[in-house]
Amino acid sequence: MQAKSSAPSPAPKLVDDKQPAWAKSLDVRDSAWRTDLIARVAVLIGGVSAILFIAAIFIFIGTQGMEFMWNRLSLTELLFGERWDPTIENPTYGALPLIMGTAWITLVAMVVAVPLAFAAAVYVGEFAQGKQREWLKIGIEFLAAIPSVVWGVIGFLVMRPIIEDLFDLQVGLTVLNAGIILGLMAAPIIATIAEDALKAVPDSYREAAESLGATRWQVIWRVVLPHARPGLSAAVLLGVGRAFGETIAVLMASGHMLQVPSSIFDSAATLTATVAAELGEAAVGGDHYQVLFVLGLLLFLITFCINLIADRIVRGRRSTS
Amino acid sequence: MTATQFQPSAMEGRAMSTQRLLRMGFLAVTLLLLIPTFLILGVLIFEGGPGLTWEFLTAKPRDNGASGGIATALVGTIWLTTTALVLALPLGVAAAIYLSEYARDNWLTRTINIAIVNLAGVPSIVHALFGVGAFVYFMQFGKSILAAGATLAVMTLPVVIVSTRESMQAVPQAFRDACWNMGATRWQTIWRIVLPNSGSGILTGLILVVCRAVGETAPIMFTGAVFLRQLYPDSVFDKCMALSLHLFNVSTQVKDVPAHIPFSVALLLVLVVLSMNSVAIYFRMKLRGTKKW
Repeated sequence: MQAKSSAPSPAPKLVDDKQPAWAKSLDVRDSAWRTDLIARVAVLIGGVSAILFIAAIFIFIGTQGMEFMWNRLSLTELLFGERWDPTIENPTYGALPLIMGTAWITLVAMVVAVPLAFAAAVYVGEFAQGKQREWLKIGIEFLAAIPSVVWGVIGFLVMRPIIEDLFDLQVGLTVLNAGIILGLMAAPIIATIAEDALKAVPDSYREAAESLGATRWQVIWRVVLPHARPGLSAAVLLGVGRAFGETIAVLMASGHMLQVPSSIFDSAATLTATVAAELGEAAVGGDHYQVLFVLGLLLFLITFCINLIADRIVRGRRSTS
Repeated sequence: MTATQFQPSAMEGRAMSTQRLLRMGFLAVTLLLLIPTFLILGVLIFEGGPGLTWEFLTAKPRDNGASGGIATALVGTIWLTTTALVLALPLGVAAAIYLSEYARDNWLTRTINIAIVNLAGVPSIVHALFGVGAFVYFMQFGKSILAAGATLAVMTLPVVIVSTRESMQAVPQAFRDACWNMGATRWQTIWRIVLPNSGSGILTGLILVVCRAVGETAPIMFTGAVFLRQLYPDSVFDKCMALSLHLFNVSTQVKDVPAHIPFSVALLLVLVVLSMNSVAIYFRMKLRGTKKW
């Protein structure tokens, strides 16, 4: 292609019609050529599979709840109705308690996670060196590796009595409990992405500030953090996505009470936990079953938007620097 | 000229001690974040360690899990994880090869990358709904190991793709150029040169898939894992028990469970996941130490 555009005169004839026999033998469609072609197609299918799966998730979840969503579900009731009672004779599907429960728990989780994660990112990225840095990163990786059901057990069996004693409550499975658990689960992800954002700030910026006499902290506060702000907000967004989508841990730690919580000491239920708790007992194809898929579609669309925005932010930063 | 020691002024001295204080403060908060890991491990070992015996691992559960062991759950988890690996690894490695070796910077590549990011971010319960709709009913696998394994495979696909792609991109371009100049096809180059040199990335992907598949509960509880099953599975079309779901059940659903049982199962899960992670970290460090390109 390059040769063609750079040569205004007629392109030189590379392959002569009367080429010798040995040249022809180089360009045969032998078994290696066929393997190459098959591999190319197979690998392309693999590459496209991620797109196919995302599309399939959207289509399968959308169509399962479609019939009920169009015909018998009022969107205002779903979003603002205060009663979620799908198993009585005249079932009501008001998801406001679930939406508020999710919002409360995610908010508490972020209050717990963001300061811890940002401090850890700043320390690991800007202060720590050598072996100490490696060990801290391994520690953060370990925290991220603990399965969500184990976090649930910690909330259900360990944190519950502690919270009951500390705040003199009847039930320790509260927004606070679930928020702390989710905060600790989201913190390693936020910390890792935030550290990447700090690392992306060019060293020349730090050197310039230091040569002007700035202290380490002044460099971090005045130069590094402002420059890394888009990456840091992407980190928080992805943390929100993680906390928001967590299922089993929050089902176990939140008490799963279908009410709009009024303080962090109330039990609550989230969108994800409700789907997990009720899908098993809903009759396949029934209204209840379908409304759970509508909730699933809602969850999918919200996380999709969060991820898309976070991706935009990160990419935008990369292209400018 | 005699070299005089540089003496900071009084104000700089104060600034220095503030610096030290700040540094210590940040270290303290970082450690505060890491303490829970050790606390959890400590609690689990203290409460569940004594119960994690060979009999517990090899006996079948009785009384809905309130007594006996976890043998069928353990075997079920191995079936599920293997199925997920068999499905996710080839597809993920193929996708990584495409993205690293063939893809140009065009709309298709950008769309694939966005799809990977989103696939990794979809809540696990949404994967469960997808598994129910697509594998259990549409493809008519029924509630089976195959359906649950496929759901786990879709969920862990991004992990395989990302770790394999990274290690393939770390193979220097000069290796490929040399191979092409010898007359090798693109595939021969990938098969003989690129893949062998990115084995560690594939292995890391494999380990991370195992970690995720072992720990996840929501995606399998409606697609193939069951509350109690005394039989070992015979084929991928059987249902099975799973460690993670069993842990959820014995801690919240079953009454009169001895206090140590949930902690023992949780300890087993955490030990499996952390040791697998340690192996992955070891490989990464060893690689960084030996390969200098």
